[in-house]
Formats: sequence, C-alpha cells, structure tokens
Amino acid sequence: MTPKIRLRDVHKRFGAKVVLDGVDLDIATGESMVIIGGSGTGKSVMIKCILGLLRPDSGSIQVDGAEVVGLKGRALAAHQARFGMLFQGGALFDSLSVWRNVSFALDGSAADRRAAAVDTLARVGLGADVADLRPSELSGGMQKRVALARAIASKPEILFFDEPTTGLDPIMADVINDLIRTLVTDLKITALTITHDMASVRKIADSVAMLYQGRIVWHGPRDGIDSAGNPFVDQFVHGRAEGPIKMQLKRL
Amino acid sequence: MTAFATTLFHALIALGSVVIGLFASVGRLTRFALVVLGRIVRPPWYPAQLVEQMLKIGWFSLPVVGLTAVFTGSALAQQIYIGGSRFNAASTVPAVTVIGIVRELGPVLGGLMVAGRVASAMAAELGTMRVTEQIDALTTLRTDPFQYLVGPRIVAAVLVMPLLVLVSNALGVMGGFLLATGRLHFNAAAYLNTTAQYLKWDDISSSMVKAAVFGFFIALMGCYHGYHSSGGAAGVGRATTNAVVSAFILILMANLVITVIVFGS
Ligand SMILES: Nc1ncnc2c1ncn2[C@@H]1O[C@H](COP(=O)(O)OP(=O)(O)OP(=O)(O)O)[C@@H](O)[C@H]1O
Ligand SMILES: [Mg+2]
Repeated sequence: MTPKIRLRDVHKRFGAKVVLDGVDLDIATGESMVIIGGSGTGKSVMIKCILGLLRPDSGSIQVDGAEVVGLKGRALAAHQARFGMLFQGGALFDSLSVWRNVSFALDGSAADRRAAAVDTLARVGLGADVADLRPSELSGGMQKRVALARAIASKPEILFFDEPTTGLDPIMADVINDLIRTLVTDLKITALTITHDMASVRKIADSVAMLYQGRIVWHGPRDGIDSAGNPFVDQFVHGRAEGPIKMQLKRL
Repeated sequence: MTAFATTLFHALIALGSVVIGLFASVGRLTRFALVVLGRIVRPPWYPAQLVEQMLKIGWFSLPVVGLTAVFTGSALAQQIYIGGSRFNAASTVPAVTVIGIVRELGPVLGGLMVAGRVASAMAAELGTMRVTEQIDALTTLRTDPFQYLVGPRIVAAVLVMPLLVLVSNALGVMGGFLLATGRLHFNAAAYLNTTAQYLKWDDISSSMVKAAVFGFFIALMGCYHGYHSSGGAAGVGRATTNAVVSAFILILMANLVITVIVFGS
C-alpha cells in the first residue's frame, strides 16, 4: 500500500549548515507518527518541507504517491489545504479575535463560524469566554490550545503538531494527548507529532521515529522505544546527559 | 600589479557586485509585482480587508497630508512673491502656486508623507507576521497571503492616493491663497480667478495619475520588504527602513518620468 506520506533522501541546508541529511520516512494512512529528537536537529524544518513551506535541496516527498517537491501556485495551495498545522510558536493572527482565528478556514455565516469555533475551543478545554479576546490577552498555554483548535477546526485529512504540549500543565497536556489520540482513532486522520514529552509519545504514538544529525536513526512501533536497543533512543527516552548524543557544552 | 592597479581592480569588483545586486533585486521585485498582479485579478477577494486598508491609508493620512500641503502652499506663495516677480505679482503668485502645487508638490509631498506613514507600517506588520510564521499559517488555512494580505493593500493604496492628493492639492492652493490675501494683501476674488484660469484639466489628471502610481509603489515596497523579512525584530526593523527608503526613491524617480512624459514635449 502506498504510504500517506513518503520521504526519500531529503536534504536541506541553510548556507553551510546541513540540517536534513538524507531523511527517509514513511507514514501510513491513519497512523499517528511521533518524531522525537534533540532540540535543533531539524524536526520543524522537516515538517515545513513536507508542507511546502520550505523547499528541500534534493530528495523526494510524496503524499498519496504524488510528488510535492517543486509544486507552485495553485497546485501548491491545494497541497497545503490538505493539512492542519499547529506551529511551534502558535502563529496566531494577532489582529483577529480568538474565534476568528479558530474559524479562519471555515465557510459560512459569521454566526455559524463562531458557533463552530466555540465548539472546537471546548475540545481543547477553553470556554466561550475567551472567544472574543485577542491572542495577546491569553496565557502561553492558552495560545497553544487556541492554535491547536485552529489546526483541527477545518477537519483536515492530515494533521501536523509541532510540540502540542510544550508549556501546558501535566493535566492539560494529558487532555491534549487524549484529543490527538481521538482524532486519529475516531476520524482516521493521519497525524505527525513532534514532541519532547515522553508521556505524549506513549499516549499518542502508533509509531515513533528519531531524528538525529539530519537522519532518521531509529523507527519502530511505540512499544519498541523501551527495548529499542538503540543507544540514541535509550539516551533520549531516559533523558540522560551521558550517551552517544553529545551536547555542545562547555564544562564549568 | 602596482598598488594603484590592485586598488582599482578591487573597486571595480565592488562596483560590479553592487550593480549585480541591484539588478538581482530589481528582478526579484518585478517578479513579486507580477505575481501580485496575477493574483489580484482572481477571486477570492477580501472586501473587508480592502475597506480596512483604505481607512488606514486614506483617512488616517489626511491630517499629515493636509498639514504638509497647507504649509508648503503658503511658503511657496511667499517665495514666488519674493522671487523677483513683485512687478507682476497679481498674476504670477496664484498661477505659479497652483501649477507648482498641482503638478509637483501636491502629489510628491503627499506621496512622501504617505510613504513614511504607510510603507513603514505595512513592512512592520507583514514582517512581524512573517517572522512569527503567521504568513506560513495562512497558507495552511486555505488562504493565499498574496490575495489576503498584499492584494488589498495595493488596491487600497492605488484607489485612495488620488483622493488624498486631490485634498492635498486643494489645501496647498488654499495655503497659498490664505498667505497671499492675509499677508501680501492680494485681492481674494482676483486671486481665485487667476488660479482657476491657469489650472488645466491636464494638470489635475496628471496629478491623479502620479498619485495612483505613487500609491502602487508605496504599498508594493511596504509589502515586498515585509513579506521577505527574516531574522526577528532586527530583520523587521531593516525591512521597515528599506521599505520607506525605496518607496521614497521610486516616488521621486516615477515623478520625474511622468513629468517628462506629460509636460516635457
Ligand atoms: N529559516 C532558517 N534559516 C536558517 N537556519 C534555519 C532556519 N530554520 C531552521 N534553521 C536551522 O535549522 C536547524 C533545525 O531547526 P528546527 O527548527 O527544525 O529544529 P527543531 O528540531 O525543531 O528544534 P526544537 O526541538 O528546538 O524545536 C537549527 O539549527 C536552525 O538554526
Ligand atoms: Mg522545532
């Protein structure tokens, strides 16, 4: 079966800095894939390449078997319209109210869109009272949840979440994990989540891939992460400073 | 090679790369403008955005444009009076004032004022949206940033600038009239009469054409530099400066070109 998303030998560099150095990855339809990896290893760059926001230097990215690298104009817009994306920084429109943000991609009368926005906000644990506020009037964690609501509001077929639980308290993080799991299980959405949060990984992943130095160094089912036998994964899962992943630090 | 030849050589290389850089940016800018024009004519259109931009550009520029015009018109009338034409002042002051204002100073000063206000604001707004990934977010929300952000700004500027310049012209002439009648003891009716006599339709229409062209360049520069900004707050600051400086230069150059075409022959 053709995977929903297939990456082959994807390379991306910024100037002299090589970020992606031959990424191969398959995501099956209806699968929840979680990408783990150290800060600055190129996880966000990778999903921006898939979305067509960044153009890889070489390599192939296919969605449903169709090449997407090099798409332009309306074809690119049609490609991007299939995704819902939670940006790492939220990327809320600060000139619009919360409900207008959430319902941005929806059609219909203002009253209908507002109602749909309030419904979606409820799913991320936000009340109707925030609907008329501006994003700048919300806390960081609330902004993150509004951004999440905006990503899922139009019910796209593929969802990307860049660190959905960063900045949330553990209880709210669990609510969000449940929500993502529900979206994948009940709505058969294909999801790609980036996270550093191992509780999230265990809750939402069907399979896990680890990115290190521009390549996928390990890829397997969720239950495999504890017995991966891969020193990179072991070090990451257990959060150890000592191991093959060297942090660029100066010793005091 | 002698030291002089080496220095000359390096100077030529530096000059060459400046020229190449200039052509490259002209090329990028032209491409940007063509893409924008191609998208503006296709739906979806965003009337609410358009109205908002027309208010922001037009209505809120009225005070500064009006003030500039009144003061410049008065100063111009005073200088023409002083400038050796006292003997024939009764007709020279109103005639030269109205021609100078409508043909040149109204549109140019109005354009520069609006550029200072609007090109900078557009560059800062779009630049912030770029660095906070709001422009990327638009594309994943089924919205083309060219159609949603750039198009309404450019159309609004092209529509509104002629109206602003019309006001600017009227107030500039009024400034000259007030000074001439109030300080230089001109006869009010005669002054207005001469003004009307020397003002031709060509003057007004060329003034409107200039205004529309300036409006296009103002919004284009604001959007182009904002859209392509990178590198956080400092990058947005650079984009803002570049937008204003390049809008100024384009306005002055376009003004010369239009003046030569319309009045040069
Ligand atoms: N637009 C850009 N221009 C230049 N360099 C960039 C750009 N975007 C990302 N990078 C570089 O690419 C590398 C990977 O960035 P990326 O944002 O993908 O990291 P990440 O894996 O998402 O990290 P984190 O977990 O901290 O979010 C970083 O070293 C960053 O400096
Ligand atoms: Mg990231």
